[in-house]
Amino acid sequence: MKKTIITVVGNDTVGIIAKVCTYLADNRVNILDISQTIVQGYFNMMMVADTGASEKDTGTLSEELSALGDEIGVVIRCQHEDIFNKMHRI
Amino acid sequence: MINIFEVNETNKMIEQENLDVRTITMGISLLDCIDSDLEKVNQKIYNKITTCAKDLVSTGDKIATEYGIPIVNKRISVTPIALVGGAACRTPEDFVTIAKTLDRAAHTVGVNFIGGYSALVSKGMTPAEELLINSIPQALAQTERVCSSVNVGSTRTGINMDAVKLMGEIILKTAEATKEQDSLGCAKLVVFCNAPDDNPFMAGAFHGVTEADTIINVGVSGPGVVKTALEKVRGKDFETLCEMIKRTAFKVTRVGQLVALEASKRLGVKFGIVDLSLAPTPAVGDSVAEILEEIGLERVGAPGTTAALALLNDQVKKGGVMASTAVGGLSGAFIPVSEDQGMIDAVNAGALGIEKLEAMTCVCSVGLDMIAIPGDTKASTISGIIADEAAIGMINQKTTAVRLIPVIGKGVGETVEFGGLLGYAPIMPVNQFSCDAFVQRGGRIPAPIHSFKN
Repeated sequence: MKKTIITVVGNDTVGIIAKVCTYLADNRVNILDISQTIVQGYFNMMMVADTGASEKDTGTLSEELSALGDEIGVVIRCQHEDIFNKMHRI
Repeated sequence: MINIFEVNETNKMIEQENLDVRTITMGISLLDCIDSDLEKVNQKIYNKITTCAKDLVSTGDKIATEYGIPIVNKRISVTPIALVGGAACRTPEDFVTIAKTLDRAAHTVGVNFIGGYSALVSKGMTPAEELLINSIPQALAQTERVCSSVNVGSTRTGINMDAVKLMGEIILKTAEATKEQDSLGCAKLVVFCNAPDDNPFMAGAFHGVTEADTIINVGVSGPGVVKTALEKVRGKDFETLCEMIKRTAFKVTRVGQLVALEASKRLGVKFGIVDLSLAPTPAVGDSVAEILEEIGLERVGAPGTTAALALLNDQVKKGGVMASTAVGGLSGAFIPVSEDQGMIDAVNAGALGIEKLEAMTCVCSVGLDMIAIPGDTKASTISGIIADEAAIGMINQKTTAVRLIPVIGKGVGETVEFGGLLGYAPIMPVNQFSCDAFVQRGGRIPAPIHSFKN
């Protein structure tokens, strides 16, 4: 299990989740949890995903997701969960 | 499990508030490169650095991508070169060859600075140390990435006033040797009292002889994060203010600790310390001065500045210490003038002078840092400023430093541009009264008494 946090922020539009999920499925990334909210009018989604089975490392996934985000017109980030755990949990 | 608000908070710190890891610095001992043959010393140094640090930059970049946190600098510190080159170097020019080797190694592995062209002379100078110090102007003029530091005093030994006198002259010579670049060489030269062995920040980093063969030290940053957090407690009492600084410092430092451990694991090099310093950059919103202003000052330099800085520095340590397994280096707030837009603005507004900066250095790390002064300042005046700063460090058992840039050909009211992280600075006036007779005495100021504290 290699937990990764994927965040998507930007203007709401049709098919954001579909496109991100298709990419993740193609790369054998298992989605464990999704939460979504609107912050100051912006679409804001967080996924907890397991990238352990993917052939690509976190760095590559991160770059490709970022490129996908550019296509859709949103910002997509893919980060190892530890940066959040360390900062917000003792 | 982590929630969306916590994730957003972290990412906001990174994107909007300039949270980053300022530096991963690999400390490399060069003691095993000592040889009486200069050519062999140079070869061994080059080989050791390029072997130990070959993966430093790529590993740092990978960690940055995976965690989504910028790691701004990857750097190297080495054993003070006066010790390493002592057996082989007979002239200052011999030492300059080692500086060039360090520069070449830095280019090969891709780090932007390499520190440790240093001499530790707090009590006395060996002939080799004197040669190294005399070679500094040429070494800094003929290299790009080498940083130099000299420790001229400590609480246990007192202040070596012969070295202080010499360093006044060396700073001026370095300024002269690099005058084509607005005396940039002086930005890479620090004079210390109580220099720490494990400092990851340039230009004062060196790998002390008490350290292991190789070590990973990490310097965190985040003035912008603290500033933004304090906006939420505007007008509240000091307890609330201090609590907020502590909590923010904890979060910032945890990121540093994570990166340090990860880098240490991936490079197979022991983790040394996290340096808790709040290090500003010239970028807007990345300023220590702005934090002090958020605490309640119209401008840095106003009455209350020293107290505000003291509380900031102390709360950053209190929050940071709990977040890291080992804290070291300089660990405090940096107040470099040229690297902090708020400081530059305060100087330009007439709110901040060298004397107030000196008072501020009593309660924070590091010292009189990145201050541009007129190029016609006398060497003895620079030595006097160094002596004052070293005395503050010696008596208060803390690190203090001086990084002054006498800009050749420029005077008060003019501006000097260094570029990049080093920023730009207005040239500040220096007290014109002489301290010639004081500096000329020579010898050593004895170590202070450790009891009867007042």
